[in-house]
Amino acid sequence: MKCRTCRNPAIIDLPRHNANFCAEHLLQLCRRQVEKAIHDHQMFEPTDHLLVAVSGGKDSLAVWDILRELGYRTTGLYIALGIGEYSHESQTFAEDFAARRGLPLVIESLRDDHGFDVPTAARATGRVPCSACGMSKRHIFDRVARDGGYDAVVTGHNLDDEAAVLFGNALRWDVEYLARQLPLLPARGGFPRKAKPLVRLTERETAAWCIVRGIDYIVDECPMAAGNKHLAYKQALNLIEEESPGAKATYYLGFLERMAPLLSGSSARRADELASCVRCGSPTGAEVATDGSTVCAFCRLSEKARGHEPVPVEMLMSKSARRAAAKEARG
Amino acid sequence: MRVLLRNPRREITIDGRRRVHALLNELGLSREAHLVIRNGELVPGDGELNADDEIEIRPVISGG
Repeated sequence: MKCRTCRNPAIIDLPRHNANFCAEHLLQLCRRQVEKAIHDHQMFEPTDHLLVAVSGGKDSLAVWDILRELGYRTTGLYIALGIGEYSHESQTFAEDFAARRGLPLVIESLRDDHGFDVPTAARATGRVPCSACGMSKRHIFDRVARDGGYDAVVTGHNLDDEAAVLFGNALRWDVEYLARQLPLLPARGGFPRKAKPLVRLTERETAAWCIVRGIDYIVDECPMAAGNKHLAYKQALNLIEEESPGAKATYYLGFLERMAPLLSGSSARRADELASCVRCGSPTGAEVATDGSTVCAFCRLSEKARGHEPVPVEMLMSKSARRAAAKEARG
Repeated sequence: MRVLLRNPRREITIDGRRRVHALLNELGLSREAHLVIRNGELVPGDGELNADDEIEIRPVISGG
């Protein structure tokens, strides 16, 4: 198997490109795909200061690495979510990455700074853990970006993530979510600009980037995520991809090119429809209460969660995830 | 060969040589969702794995 570009021995086969690549040209392909996403969606100006949301996983560390290589000014933001050993380990990967490259990393802790963690929030509110987690992270990304004067929040969402979310939204024909499933959301009404530069790379490619670049990342799956629908959608799309290489890219990038323009205008509330949360001052689309006040979803969640006894991770893991963890602990 | 699998982490032994794609098929693992690593380096789909190799099959799907 030879590299398509230089004919040296390949290290990876990428059926969607009908090609194989050596390490050097795999990196070149990844870099070019990110540059194309940034260019096509006009994500950044060269002087922008970017806040990169990092989890310690492959995607967020890869996007931080690529943006840094492309010359952007970046600061990382790690949020300690209180998901037991998984959170401790993922924080170590984020800190090591930043320290080795001399990059600034902001750390915020749900437990220390807000008085709760993801398992407790999920139990206290009856939400699934991924929902409580996602909402908390988005709120903190927005606030840190606003307070720190960053030009944009960058996340490591990749092509597989976006195709899976698109698949879920299309299964429900959720037009409002479909309309805002874009690689770039402009700043509006106090919310920062949000960008996803990895939307043209699969997660197999972002993982390969990390391995070739010698980036250590947390490989273990979040114990809260086991069995979630997002994973099931990804598995379904990968079955299609194996039969029809390139199907995921055609599906998602085709949506951006031909469907998303038809949906513009069905998107989220306009900036002038947003109110300020009376607790934290953040912009919110939450409904105004009868007394005229508005409390954002994060403050409502954190008020419930802070009053709840801390809940250990194991209490919220699925039976299969608990069995797997016990098996791993036994070796 | 010794094969390290993840999520959950476990190790299995496979007798004899295999090509990467054949090994993934044998274990029922999606090619689109895994990478194979030997001595810290990626091995492509037609790469030959030797009987005395120690390899890792790393899943690349994340659920967050």
